[in-house]
Amino acid sequence: MADFVSGFWNAYVMVLVFLSISFCVFVLVSNTTKRPSGPVGLHDHVWDETLQEYNNPLPRWWMYMFWITIVFAIVYLSMYPGFGNNQGKLGWSAVGQWEAEQKAAAEKYGPIFAKYKGMDLNAVAADKEANAMGQRLFLTYCAQCHGADAKGAKGFPNLTDADWLYGGEPDTIKTTILGGRMGMMPPFGPALGADGVKDVANYVRSLSGLAHDSLRAQRGKELFTQNCVACHGPEAKGTPAMGAPNLTDKTWLYGSSEATIIETVTKGRTNQMPSFQAFLGEDKVHLLAAYVLSLSKAEAQK
Amino acid sequence: MAQSKHDFIERKVGWLIVFTLLTVSVGGLVEIVPLFHMKSTTTPVEGLKPYDPVRLVGRDIYIREGCYNCHSQMIRPFRAETERYGHYSVAGEYVYDHPFQWGSKRTGPDLHRVGGRYSDQWHRIHLLNPRDVVPESNMPAFPWLDRPAKIDDIEAKMNALRKVGVPYSDEEIQGARKALEGKTELEAVIAYLQGLGTALNAGKPSVAVSAAPAEAAAAAPAEAAAPAAAPENK
Repeated sequence: MADFVSGFWNAYVMVLVFLSISFCVFVLVSNTTKRPSGPVGLHDHVWDETLQEYNNPLPRWWMYMFWITIVFAIVYLSMYPGFGNNQGKLGWSAVGQWEAEQKAAAEKYGPIFAKYKGMDLNAVAADKEANAMGQRLFLTYCAQCHGADAKGAKGFPNLTDADWLYGGEPDTIKTTILGGRMGMMPPFGPALGADGVKDVANYVRSLSGLAHDSLRAQRGKELFTQNCVACHGPEAKGTPAMGAPNLTDKTWLYGSSEATIIETVTKGRTNQMPSFQAFLGEDKVHLLAAYVLSLSKAEAQK
Repeated sequence: MAQSKHDFIERKVGWLIVFTLLTVSVGGLVEIVPLFHMKSTTTPVEGLKPYDPVRLVGRDIYIREGCYNCHSQMIRPFRAETERYGHYSVAGEYVYDHPFQWGSKRTGPDLHRVGGRYSDQWHRIHLLNPRDVVPESNMPAFPWLDRPAKIDDIEAKMNALRKVGVPYSDEEIQGARKALEGKTELEAVIAYLQGLGTALNAGKPSVAVSAAPAEAAAAAPAEAAAPAAAPENK
C-alpha cells in the first residue's frame, strides 16, 4: 500500500513501531511485581497531615488488558497493512474493499438494469418497478435543478408537461440526459435599442394572447421577422433542434411578464444542462429517461 | 524499584514534560511524517493544474465563508459515496491544496466532484438564495457575494503558494491581475466549484464510474516516479 519515495521510510516506520511495542512490553514487565506476602509499604507522600498511599502492585486484570492490546497490535499488523510496506496477510486495501462492493452490487443490480436496457423506452416508462427506480435516481441526481416534483423552476424546465425545448421523443430525452444541452439566446439589447426590445416583448406577449400594447406589438412584429425568426421560426413556434422555445404557448422558462421578456431579449440567456453520461452511465440514464417520459405521459392523460 | 522510577518522573517537572512530549509525538512521527514521503500523496494526478487566479480567489472566499464547516471535499471509497458523488478521491488530487479542504462534517453534500455537475447559472441562483432552486435546503444564502472580488494581494498569494511547491510561472503571476479584472466574488467561487474534482478524469477519455476506474486511479499516482513539478518535500 505504502509507496514511499525511498526504503528509508519503510525502515523508519518499522523501527518506530517495533520500538513502541517493545517499550510497552518493557514497561509492563518492569512494573509486574509479585504481591509481597508481608504488610504493604507506604509511599512517602503525605497529604493533609496524615493521608498516605499504599504502594500496592498494579492490579493484575489491568495489566492483562495491556497485554491484550499488545497481542492485538501484533496480530493486526500481521493481517492488515501498517507495518511499513508490509501488505498484511489478508491483502486488504480500501480500494479492494470498494471494488468488492461494486462487484457485489453489479451482480445484484446488473441483471435488473440489463433487463430494462433491453426494453424500449416507452415500455420501460409503463413499468411500475422501473419508474420506482427512476424516481429514486431522479431524486438523487436531478431534483436539485428540476425539483423533487420535476416541475422545474425559473430557468429550469418543467419535465411533467408535454412541452419540450429539445423535443420529447423518448430517444431525444435520453440524448439530452446523456450529452447535456447548451441553450444560448444572444443578447438583442444593443441591436434593437430599449424601445425596440419593448416592441418585440409586446409582440411576443401578443403571440400567447397576453395583455399587450397593440401598437408596439405591430412594430415588434417587424423587428421579430428581421431578428428572431432564424431561431424561433416564422410562426414563432420554436426550433427543437436548437432548443429555441415555442413562443406561442403558455409555457415560459423564465417568465412571461413584460419586464422578464425585456430582460431576456436585452441580455440574452445562456442555459446549460450538464452531461450525465460519464457520471451515471447508460443504464441509469435509460431508467431516468423512462421516468421523465412517464411523468409527461401521466400529465397528458389528466 | 518501581517506586523510585515514578517518583523521579513525578517530582522532576522538566523530565515529566520531556517524557510526555516523547510519548505523544510517536503517533505523529509514525502516522503523519511518512505521508510526506509517499509518491501517491506528493505526485499530482495526471491533468491536475494549479488553481488559476480566478479559482484561487474563489477558493479563498470558500474558506472565508466557512464552506468547509458543512461541506467535505473527500469522497471515501465506499459504494454509497461513489454512487452519489462520483469516483472516490485520491491523494494526488490535493497536491496543490494549501490548505486542503477535506472537511470533517457533512451538513451539506460532499463537493469534491461538484465540478460540472450543475450549470453556472444554477450555482449563481443557489449561492444567492439556495431556496430558489432547492426549496428544502437549509444552506445559508450568500447574497453579498455579488460584489467585485478583492484582487490587490493576488501576486503575494501566488508567490506564497509557489514557496510551498505550487509551480506557478512568472507569467502566470504577472497575468493574474488581468485575469481577475471585473470578476465578482460570485464568479470566482463558481469558477472554483466548477473545477473541483475534474482533474482525475481529465487525463483519460470519459471514465464511467461503474466501469472499472479503480485500476486507472490506482495506477495514476503510482506511475511517474520523478514528478516533473517537484512537489513540496518537507
